[in-house]
Amino acid sequence: MAQDTPTDKDPTNNDVVFHVRGLTKSYQMGEVKVDALRGIDLDLHRGEFTVLLGASGSGKSTLLNILGGLDTPTTGSVRYRDHDITRANESELTEYRRHHVGFVFQFYNLIPSLTALENVAVVTEIAKSPMKPEEALALVGLQNRMHHFPAQLSGGEQQRVAIARAIAKQPEILLCDEPTGALDSKTGIVVLEALQRVNQELGTTTAVITHNAGIAQMANRVIHLTDGLISKIYTNESLVSPEQLSW
Amino acid sequence: MLAMDKKLWRELWAMRSQALAIAMVIGSGVAIFIMSLSALDSLYETRERYYRSHHFGQVFSSLKRAPLAVIRHIEEIPGVDKIETRVISYVTLDIENFDEPVSAHLLSLPGSGSGLLNQIYLRDGRLIESGRDNEIIVAEKFAQAHALKPGAKLAAIINGRRKMLTVVGLALSPEYIYQIAPGAIFPDHRRYGILWMARKPLASAYDMNGGFNHITLTLSKNSNEQDVIDHLDEILKPYGGVGAIARKDQLSNRFLSEELNQLKTMATVFPIIFFSVAAFLLNVVISRLISLQREQIAVLKAFGYSNFEVAWHYIKFVLMIVSVGVIAGIGAGIWMGNALSNLYAELFSFPYMIYVLKPQVIAAAAAISMIVGIIGTLYSVQRAVRLPPAQGMRPEQPTLYHRMLIERLGVQHWFSQPVRMIIRHIERRPIKAFLTIIGISFACSVIIVSGFQKGAIDYMIEVQYGISQREDLIAIYTEPTPQRSLYSLRNIQGVEYVEGFRIVPARLKFEHRSYRTAIDGIQAQSHLLHLLDTELNKIEIPQQGIVLTDHLAEQLQIKPGELLNVEILEGNRPTIQIPMVGTAKQYLGSNAYMQVRTLNQLLKEGDAISGARMKVDNRYQRQIHANLENMPRIAGVVEQRSSIRSFYDTMAQSLLFFTGISTLLGAVIAFGVIYNSMRIALSERSRELASLRVLGFRPSEIAYILLGELALLTLIAIPIGWVFGYGLSAYIAFEVDNDLYRMPLKLNLNVYASAALVVVVSSMISSLIIWRNLSHLDMVAVLKTKE
Repeated sequence: MAQDTPTDKDPTNNDVVFHVRGLTKSYQMGEVKVDALRGIDLDLHRGEFTVLLGASGSGKSTLLNILGGLDTPTTGSVRYRDHDITRANESELTEYRRHHVGFVFQFYNLIPSLTALENVAVVTEIAKSPMKPEEALALVGLQNRMHHFPAQLSGGEQQRVAIARAIAKQPEILLCDEPTGALDSKTGIVVLEALQRVNQELGTTTAVITHNAGIAQMANRVIHLTDGLISKIYTNESLVSPEQLSW
Repeated sequence: MLAMDKKLWRELWAMRSQALAIAMVIGSGVAIFIMSLSALDSLYETRERYYRSHHFGQVFSSLKRAPLAVIRHIEEIPGVDKIETRVISYVTLDIENFDEPVSAHLLSLPGSGSGLLNQIYLRDGRLIESGRDNEIIVAEKFAQAHALKPGAKLAAIINGRRKMLTVVGLALSPEYIYQIAPGAIFPDHRRYGILWMARKPLASAYDMNGGFNHITLTLSKNSNEQDVIDHLDEILKPYGGVGAIARKDQLSNRFLSEELNQLKTMATVFPIIFFSVAAFLLNVVISRLISLQREQIAVLKAFGYSNFEVAWHYIKFVLMIVSVGVIAGIGAGIWMGNALSNLYAELFSFPYMIYVLKPQVIAAAAAISMIVGIIGTLYSVQRAVRLPPAQGMRPEQPTLYHRMLIERLGVQHWFSQPVRMIIRHIERRPIKAFLTIIGISFACSVIIVSGFQKGAIDYMIEVQYGISQREDLIAIYTEPTPQRSLYSLRNIQGVEYVEGFRIVPARLKFEHRSYRTAIDGIQAQSHLLHLLDTELNKIEIPQQGIVLTDHLAEQLQIKPGELLNVEILEGNRPTIQIPMVGTAKQYLGSNAYMQVRTLNQLLKEGDAISGARMKVDNRYQRQIHANLENMPRIAGVVEQRSSIRSFYDTMAQSLLFFTGISTLLGAVIAFGVIYNSMRIALSERSRELASLRVLGFRPSEIAYILLGELALLTLIAIPIGWVFGYGLSAYIAFEVDNDLYRMPLKLNLNVYASAALVVVVSSMISSLIIWRNLSHLDMVAVLKTKE
């Protein structure tokens, strides 16, 4: 493990996917002003598997939402390649999500009225150069469950459909918010394996939020957030495969 | 306030727009219920009071001439209470600055006062002073149409003599609440009026001194009306009596009764539609609310709330919404009921209108709404309270979808994922989709019904006065006159074509059924009166035989080829048997037709005619009227076309009132159903839609999924609504089917189109409101929480 500081490379460098500087986010919650992010500087590199760790309320979800174009920062800038997504309007953000970002959520958010295959197809039908839905499902090991509806699938299977749906458009970035949060350890490992496989085989830049420190061992880089600030960043010299993770 | 009640208020407030949409539907039902029932009660009450206070007769009979001494015999008929004889004549008037023909009934009043029976209600001026030969009292409607005030003068051709008369008063009469010229179907107050003058001068003009040609009776309690009528007919037969009629058959009273009948139909049909839609809406809204509050219900029960307390909580919620609707509906209903009663008072000649709002009508409206509301929600409330708390606290299982219709048909590949979502969602909750369709189609049908009423009148007029009756003018003779009198009509400049006709009162009998009407003897191959078959093709009357209006044939249950028993009520009163040879399609009246020559042969009175139908050159209209006025044998001239025009002028207002109200109500239903369905769909599917937004779907693309479903249901509902509307119109046409008129079941394309348009516009407005909610969908919040 080696201590690392935020790199300050040339933002046009092909290797940098996200270039985040001075990012703050505060919002009003009832009568209380919450400072969710208080100045984040961060670069994410192409093909990197990053884990964001932190207690609840540390700001990790807020950061992920801003990176994914679901939320806008109060101050600071986020550059995605050569686009400043902090200046994008609503419809530009939609286009950004549509073509560049894949999301995976804690509660899967599948569409109950569509089968596994169709849940993937719902994205490939609007993407620019998607893979086939069948391929995406095969990648997460669900080639035999393609025609099942969400209600006919286990939690782990549903989450893998969600991953297939997220990667089927071949996004450059895959953002996962507590993907194993609702799963038991055995199922969680299958899901993490799917994420790792996508990262390795497709080279998708992947950021995973978790409060489960064990998962950090499979990441290239681990970022700790505390009270809206990055408290620690380190790179794993050797990666642990998911089945060996201590849960 | 109890915590539970606070919950109630806050949740009601949070759902205010949906609650309001439902309250509007309930309110509309309540309003129309109260409006029609209170107007009905008001009209019944006003009519009853008016009839009683002004001694409206119970039996009426016209005759040729009888000496006053006959009264003694009539007094002896058991059951007769009061008797009044009159002299009544049909005259032509000459009114300054009005060139068209005007006819009037001129009724005698006793020497002074307003008579014993059928008393007039003096609105302005005074009664006729005894010994004043040239004073008249004029019906208020007629006076208004010609701006006549006491002191005004007009000329009347009384039995061929022109006489100047002075108006001394304006009046109303219970006998003429509905004032309609003989043979007409719509009131035309410019061309037909009622006048009263002293008996003496009128009797002298018609050689009726010491005699009468009209009698009115009232009956004592427990008398048999039919017995009195039979006795009276027997006594008056030698004096040219044409058969007595009871009050229920008296023309003005009959029209009024038919109108009330129509109102009654409306008072039942429309509220049923509104209340069923309201029940459905409450059902969907409350089921959704309860499914969202599953965990809360479980927690409440875990804390020790009883099933009843939980159920009562939701029922209170329903009752609050219903109460808002009921209160607003009562207010609107009273206002509309008042407006409608006054409109009737205005259209019909009522001296006053007593607005009657029975407490039981309001109580019924409130009770029906409450019961409907509770029934609509009982099922979901019951299901919610039955759930054991432990089960309720676990999240609901994800909805199970199956492969359905499109897979079975193997056509799923034709559809994109959003379309599959729409179809599966509809298929999974077929009952809800079905009820939504029914609700929207009700809206569509309400609008069709309003269009039907106007269209039916248009069509009725088109068939009667466009296709069947082709004359420009009808001249009515004072008495049967030989055919050669037509020469003098043909010689008037501008008269293009003339056909004589003979009309006689008759009683038609078949088996045990009988009907009193008039036989119209028309020229063979008539050009001015076309009798029509059901396809509106002209039919000819054979030399031997009688043709009946289709409605009359149905009443008598007689088929072509069967022998009809005809008792002529005029002249030598022959009774004959004649084959019924066919029926003629007619929407107005119930008449019988024969060839004039055959009729005259039966009457044994030569080639007499009662009047003439005329085709004229419009440029000479003025001169023609002037000429006709100066012919002593012409009692009156009828010009239907201008009557129709004036009918449209006066009816436009009330038709607009009804069409406007029904269209508005249709829109309320459509909006209520569509808006609520959309809100529910949005609430049920916000998570799904937010997920799609996160996946990069544009707002328009998720709107397509949500609104597409409703659009599909709306599109299915419109044709069904057309069918419902047609059925409902058929029901109304069936209900108002009577001897005076039948409503043709003709619906124009534009009626269907405008019904569809109102539904589509209502759904577009709801879509716009939902669209705003969709674009504010909070993606982060929705994804963070469990359903």
